[in-house]
Amino acid sequence: MASVREIKRRIKSVKNISQVTRAMQMIAASRMRRAQEQALASRPYAAKAWELLMHFAAQGIDVEQLHPLLARREVVKNVGIILITADKGLAGGYNGNVIRKVTRYMQSEGHEDASIVAVGKKGRDFMLRFGRKVIAEFTDLPPRPTSFDVAPIARLAIDGFLNGEFDEVHLAYTDFINTLTQTPTIRLLLPIQPSAEQMSEVMRDYITDTKPMTKAPYIYEPDPETLLDAILPSLTELQIYQAVLESRASEESARMVAMRNATENAKELIGDLTLTYNKARQAAITKEMLDIAGGAEALSQASK
Amino acid sequence: MATLRLEIVTIEGRVFDDEVNMVIAPGVEGVMGILPRHAPLLTRLNFGELQIKKDGQADQFYAVGGGVMEVQGTQVIVLAESAEHVDAIDISRAEEARHRAEERLAQASKDQIDFDRAEAALRRSANRIKLARRHRQKGGYGVQTPDNR
Repeated sequence: MASVREIKRRIKSVKNISQVTRAMQMIAASRMRRAQEQALASRPYAAKAWELLMHFAAQGIDVEQLHPLLARREVVKNVGIILITADKGLAGGYNGNVIRKVTRYMQSEGHEDASIVAVGKKGRDFMLRFGRKVIAEFTDLPPRPTSFDVAPIARLAIDGFLNGEFDEVHLAYTDFINTLTQTPTIRLLLPIQPSAEQMSEVMRDYITDTKPMTKAPYIYEPDPETLLDAILPSLTELQIYQAVLESRASEESARMVAMRNATENAKELIGDLTLTYNKARQAAITKEMLDIAGGAEALSQASK
Repeated sequence: MATLRLEIVTIEGRVFDDEVNMVIAPGVEGVMGILPRHAPLLTRLNFGELQIKKDGQADQFYAVGGGVMEVQGTQVIVLAESAEHVDAIDISRAEEARHRAEERLAQASKDQIDFDRAEAALRRSANRIKLARRHRQKGGYGVQTPDNR
């Protein structure tokens, strides 16, 4: 059996670890709430933008012809994937889940050579290690990302799509359902399709009407093309922004749960170790007493 | 009197959501007044002032920094790049933003995208300052006193 002092040292170190994991759990919880609030706040805008686009589509004009960001390509050869992961680990299965989803997708769709735009260090490192084509990386986004922070990502996607570098751009991120459930998701980002399928599931609840109220033709100022020019890039940017926020909320809640488990395990371990420690101590005392008793017995025998 | 449902939303959240009687918005092709049962309309918005009229209440003013407005039937949706109530504008912060934008504009002349962004930021902050000043004066429009110029 390990010595008493050794066990004592282990108890102390496990206690320290549990303090760290508990602190991390608290931090993750507050960050999760913040990201969640931010994600929720952006949903009405996204919902209205989608509705507007669907009203456009319902006008009977051929929207695909109207704007290059809406035009589907006949042959899809080059695919771009925006992969949103965390910069840090210690978040349970969070990073692994979304990365696995993407690699499976690349295999099953035959897009092994897809260009990866890595948002977050974990996804970048994984893809580089397995020799995938990582064409850009965006790491160290601030804890409270704004639409300004994601604008360059959107630019890259839009420019790449327009100049033919990508025939399709997909967005891989983690949808935040609740604290215990997060679902890794892959969605088509470009070309934009004004239909319910392209929306994330959480967004669908926010859309109230998909058809315009009136049948009368719209007045466009200045004209449909210019209007779409204003709406479509910002809708793309918005989708990425939302995906970043959903992923952030998912990351922090995954980390929170992971750290809570770690804290609980540490507590259990401390309990076990304390028991062992007490046993060892008891054994040491018993042994000492036996020694003393034995010694006394030997003495009394000798004096006889 | 008939009413319109007006919603103003930005990426950061919902700014306004209520029944109103009239909306006066800064469209790119001129300021337009929207009354209930207006013909369906979709327009881009300029940097400017959005005025909301409601019976029995003082008019409300919002500083809008571009975006899109959709009108259909009795519903008006404003998707704004930025929107805030004039009373909520922090003038000193807007001044700072204008200053920053001017500096960036001076440097960014080479890159078209940077230039566009800086220009938009400049126009947005200038619009804020203009509206906040105008509405905080006692007389409303017009008269400028030396200390608030």
